[in-house]
Amino acid sequence: MQPSVKRKHRQQTIRRMIDNRALYLMILPAFLYILIFHYWPMYGVQIAFRNFNFADGITGSKWVGMKWFNYFFHSNNFSTLVRNTLILSFYDLLAGFPVPILLALIMNAVPSRRFRKVSQTITYLPHFISVIVLVGMMNSMFSVNSGWVSTIVRALGGTPTYIMGEAKYFRHVYVWSGVWQQMGWNSIIYLAALTSIDPGLHEAAMIDGAGKLRRIISIDLPGILPTMSIMLILRFGSIMSLGFDKVYSMQNALNYSVSEVLSTHIYKMGIQSTKYSYSAAVSLFNNVINFIMLVTVNRISGKLSGNSLW
Amino acid sequence: MKRMNMKRVSAGDHLTNLLFYVLLGVFVVLCFYPIWYVLVASISDPTYVNSGALITLPRGVHFTAYKYAFDQPQLWIGYGNTLCYTFFGTLFGLCVCIPCGYALSRRDLPFRGIIMGILVFTMYFSGGLIPTYVVINTLNLVNTRILLIILGSVSVYNIVLIRTFCQSSIPEELREAASIDGCSNTRFFFSIVLPLSKAILAVIALYIAVHHWNSYYNALVYTTDTRLQPLQLYLRQLLLINTGAEDLGDPDALKEMQQMIASIRYAVIVLSSLPIMCLYPFLQKYFVQGVMIGSIKS
Repeated sequence: MQPSVKRKHRQQTIRRMIDNRALYLMILPAFLYILIFHYWPMYGVQIAFRNFNFADGITGSKWVGMKWFNYFFHSNNFSTLVRNTLILSFYDLLAGFPVPILLALIMNAVPSRRFRKVSQTITYLPHFISVIVLVGMMNSMFSVNSGWVSTIVRALGGTPTYIMGEAKYFRHVYVWSGVWQQMGWNSIIYLAALTSIDPGLHEAAMIDGAGKLRRIISIDLPGILPTMSIMLILRFGSIMSLGFDKVYSMQNALNYSVSEVLSTHIYKMGIQSTKYSYSAAVSLFNNVINFIMLVTVNRISGKLSGNSLW
Repeated sequence: MKRMNMKRVSAGDHLTNLLFYVLLGVFVVLCFYPIWYVLVASISDPTYVNSGALITLPRGVHFTAYKYAFDQPQLWIGYGNTLCYTFFGTLFGLCVCIPCGYALSRRDLPFRGIIMGILVFTMYFSGGLIPTYVVINTLNLVNTRILLIILGSVSVYNIVLIRTFCQSSIPEELREAASIDGCSNTRFFFSIVLPLSKAILAVIALYIAVHHWNSYYNALVYTTDTRLQPLQLYLRQLLLINTGAEDLGDPDALKEMQQMIASIRYAVIVLSSLPIMCLYPFLQKYFVQGVMIGSIKS
C-alpha cells in the first residue's frame, strides 16, 4: 500500500510541475543569473587554495592548500585589518542604532502633521546622495580655507584642522556621516511600528494624567521594543561585512593606518596588484566569518524573539 | 470629547511639544543645510564661496561654474553612460525579478522552497571579489556595457520583496477562479498579476534605478575604458582625486580654473544629483512602501 501511495503522490507532483511549467520558465532567467554570477564564483573560490593564473584556469592552476591563508594569518597586516574592520563596524553599529529611534519618537510626538511630513521628506533626502558626492561634500565643507564648517569653528574661537586628512578623525567622520545620511531612512521602520501602537493606550494614560514625555517613555518606547531588538540583531549579523564604497572613497595616504579594512585590502591586492589567489583567500576568510556571524545571530534571534530570517 | 482633550493639554505638555519642535527643527536643519549649501554655492560668486562664508541665500547669480562643467566632455560621457546603465539595468532587473518573484509566491508550485533556498543562500554567502572577477573575465564581459547593465540589476532581496507582496495582495481565490475559467498561468500573470502589482513594480524600479545611478564599485572593478565610465567614476576623479585642471595648458586658464574649482565641484554635484533629488519627493511614498514590505519579512 505504502509504495503505491508514494508513487501516486509523486505522480501528482509531476503533474503539477507540468501544469505549472510556465512558472518555472518565469523563474529561469533569475535562476540563471544567480547561477552564473553567484554560484559559479562560489565554485571558483577554490582559487584561494591554488596558485591561480588565467592561462591555467580555475581547476588547472596548481594546488597549494592553505599557503595563502597561512601567509595572510602570519602577515603584519592581519591583526591591523581585522581590528580596523571590527572597530569601524562596531562603532557604526552602536552610533547608527539609537539615532533613528530618537528621530522617530520625536517625529511621532510632534503635533503638527504638516511639519512632520516636511521633516520626513527632508531627513530621508541624504539617503539618496551617492557615496562619492557625500565624500566630496565633506572634503569641501571641512576644508580649512574655504569650508563652512571651518568658518563656524573659527567663529566659536577654535582653530580648524582638515579633519578629512587626519587618521584620528577618520572613524568619527566615517560613522557620523553615515548616521547623518541614514538616520531619516532608518527611522521609517520605527515610525511604522509607532503608528501601529493602539491609540487607546495613549487615551487611557492621558485620563490617568500622564504627560506627553511620560507616555513616550512608558507606551511608545516599549511598543517599538520588538522592532528595536530585530534591527539590532540584524546589524550584529553583518558586523564583518563592512562596505567597500565609502571607506575606499574616504581613504588617503594620511589616514591609511586606520582606514585600511578587509574589503579595501581585498580590492587592492586582487584587482590592483593581481595577487588573485591571496586576495581570494582573504575574502574567503571574511565571507566565512560573515556567514558564521549571520547564522549564529539568526539562531539567537530565533530563540529570543521567535523572529528569524529563515 | 476630542475638543475637550485638546483643551486639557497641560502647561507641561506645551513645553514638551515646544522641545520636540525645536529638536526636530535641529534634525531638519542638520539634514538640509549641507545639501542646500551645495546648491546655493554652485551659483554664488566664486570668490565668496572660497572665503568659506556660511551662505543661506545665493550671493549674486553666477552660472560660470556650470559653463565650465558643461564644457567637460567627460561629464557628458558619464551622464550618457549612467542614463544608459540605469535605464536598461532597471528594465532588465524588472523583467527578470518580477516574474520570478510572482512564481515563487505560488504556494502550489513544487520545489518552491528549494528554489527559494538556493536563491536566498547567496544573500549570506558569496564567492568574493576575485572569483567573481575571474568568472566575468572568462565570459569576456570585462570592459563591456552589457556587464554594467546587468550586474547588480538582479537582487535576491528584491525578489523576496516581490514574493512577499504577491503573497499578501494577490488572493489565491482569484487565481483558482481564473484557472477554472481556463486562464493559463502566463495569461494570468500578464492580465491580472501585473496590473495588480503596479506599486511593487514602482518600488523595485526605483530601488534598481537609484542603485545604478549612485554606484561606482562595478565600474571601478570591471572597466578600464574611460568611454564606459559612469557619472560616479567621473565624479570620483573630479571630487576626490585631482583638481580636474591638470590638462589645461594655458596658465591663465589654469589660474582661473583654480579659482573656480570649488564652484565647479558644487555645480557638478548639483548636476549629478538633480534627477534623483527632484524626482524623490514625488516618489517618496513608493520608497517608504518598499521599506514597509521589506519589514513584513523580518
